[in-house]
Amino acid sequence: MDKIKFDAWVGIFVAVGIISLLGLATKVGNLTSNDIRETYMVTANFENIGGLKPRAPIKAAGVVVGRVNSIVFDTKAYHAVVSIDIDKRYVFPKDTFANIYTAGLLGEQYIGLEAGGDTKNLEQNDRITQTQDAVVLEKLISQFLYSKASEEDK
Amino acid sequence: MKTLFNFFEKLGNSITSRVLRLGAATRLIFLIFVYSGDSFKRIHLTIREVYFTGVMSLVIIVVSAFFVGMVLGLQGYYTLQKYGSSEAIGVLVALALVRELGPVVTALLFAGRAGTAITAEIGLMKATEQLSAMEMMAVSPIARIIAPRFWAGVIAMPILASIFSMVGVLGGYVVAVPIIGVDEGAFWSQMQANVDFNFDIMSGLIKSLVFGVACTIIALFEGFDAPPTAEGVSRATTRTVVTSSLAILALDFVLTSFMISG
Amino acid sequence: MSDNIISIKDLRFGYGNRELHKGINMQFPRGKVSAIMGGSGSGKTTILRLIGGQIKPTAGQVSVDGTIVHQQDREGIYRLRRKMGMLFQHGALFSDLSVFENVAFPMREHTDLPENIIKDLVLLKLNAVGLRGAAYLMPTELSGGMARRVALARAIALDPDIIMYDEPFAGLDPISMAVICDLIRTLNDALGATSIIVTHDVAETFSFADYVYFIADGVVAAEGTPKQLMTSKLPFIKQFIHGEKDGPVPFHYNAPSLNSDLGL
Repeated sequence: MDKIKFDAWVGIFVAVGIISLLGLATKVGNLTSNDIRETYMVTANFENIGGLKPRAPIKAAGVVVGRVNSIVFDTKAYHAVVSIDIDKRYVFPKDTFANIYTAGLLGEQYIGLEAGGDTKNLEQNDRITQTQDAVVLEKLISQFLYSKASEEDK
Repeated sequence: MKTLFNFFEKLGNSITSRVLRLGAATRLIFLIFVYSGDSFKRIHLTIREVYFTGVMSLVIIVVSAFFVGMVLGLQGYYTLQKYGSSEAIGVLVALALVRELGPVVTALLFAGRAGTAITAEIGLMKATEQLSAMEMMAVSPIARIIAPRFWAGVIAMPILASIFSMVGVLGGYVVAVPIIGVDEGAFWSQMQANVDFNFDIMSGLIKSLVFGVACTIIALFEGFDAPPTAEGVSRATTRTVVTSSLAILALDFVLTSFMISG
Repeated sequence: MSDNIISIKDLRFGYGNRELHKGINMQFPRGKVSAIMGGSGSGKTTILRLIGGQIKPTAGQVSVDGTIVHQQDREGIYRLRRKMGMLFQHGALFSDLSVFENVAFPMREHTDLPENIIKDLVLLKLNAVGLRGAAYLMPTELSGGMARRVALARAIALDPDIIMYDEPFAGLDPISMAVICDLIRTLNDALGATSIIVTHDVAETFSFADYVYFIADGVVAAEGTPKQLMTSKLPFIKQFIHGEKDGPVPFHYNAPSLNSDLGL
């Protein structure tokens, strides 16, 4: 008698727990909406990545299509090698352009992809050749001041 | 000179006794794993304990979670509206709950509700010679009493933490959407865009699992180690709450720093 | 096999520097009721714990049925304990189980008997202690004497060869005491078991025990049948049996003389 009561309550308890977890996963989290599971990895070289971090989003036309996997510094060529995971559902031509953008003025940085016109598509372990570095605020300001100064010289 | 010597003697004594207790607790963990096979053969013992630790804690968990969620919603709204981004309230509530408050507050409540009950029960069993009697009947108290309670705590904690987080989000929703009037679509979509299943929800779940192990071991050990008197048991119960709370907060810091860096 | 089911040889045991037993020799013959008596703190209960293998002696040995207890591994000790039943001082009933489940506990743990046989056996055991009607009460609903009788039913659940009683009379009213006395004797004879009683109640013990050991200062101070002991001339035995306040066991704890303490 008691045993049945315990079993029933514990069964309900575990069920409520699983429902909560499912609720967290689907309603609160992003398990269904933009879940990125099957991916292929490509790399891109940048002279300067600014404040880009692992797990930063990869966007094409504003849609999240992947995430930054890892960032390493190549000690031979002295540039940053960024590996990115792109969702298998999205294919891009080989001559796709990768830019590092900033969301808002001071927001997080992400990589924006702009498709080229090549007929072949990017595959696992390919390298994106055309890249544009992050805009570094200090550089912008110094360029601005420099050009101002040269204007005044004239 | 003499007082200085006494001071060092006391210091050394307290350190050795602490180390001895830590050793005894480690031995208990080891024995629990050794005897777990025996207690899994009779799963109804563990189910019974899940009822006492988990189901009986459900009310306090659900009620607290709802209020915590509502408070987060209110506080978040007053701060976020200054920056004109009150839609982000869902993200704030969800991340705070899933990553931190869910596992931590659940564990603290668990230590107070279930942990003390375990300590008092085991301490009383020891004081009334029930554990000795079991030993004399050739039944291991570790297999029959301790291990089922351990596994029940480890099972119940992540379930309770999941329920806490979910109910907390609902509490935040109730404040944000019907009461304050944040757009419902924005509330959920912002939340979904920013809460990652693996990174946020799973890490919260792992935290609660670790807290479950820590809280239950502390409660069991304090009960098992309590002097077999009424005073001893009541002191052990107090120690369970203090030690568990400190362990939860310290472990939370360690786990969070690992999760953020990894 | 010897006629003594338990024999204790030159047993020494102590906590830290304090030696509790300084070479104890005892024999417990099969089928008899033997009692171990002594003042509080003389280590009577510890002897039961040594027989049960819960603690190990520092020297000497306890053998049960020809097996030396402290040389056994865990399995061996558990095998020995299945031959033993023990009644704890306050019963030590499992507070979360009903009276029925308490008595059924050893059967469920150590046998694979079907439920209906367990039920019959439990009711028989409870009947033997006169508490069949209390089978579905919880231990908290029992009086002290009833709790001890239930614990006795649990101790004999598996028909043990040896039944040990730790202070079975402590804190009982005279009627319950008489009931327990009677049960100890009848159960011992009915089960053909050997009983060992640790107690300091002289009158009750002498009324039914076959043989009595007195321990004092860590050794066996006197032994014999109740009749022999009643006429004993040993001062300690006389003091104990007749409950005199002063004698070889002094009324005053060791202290300097009162005059010097008061500064006179």
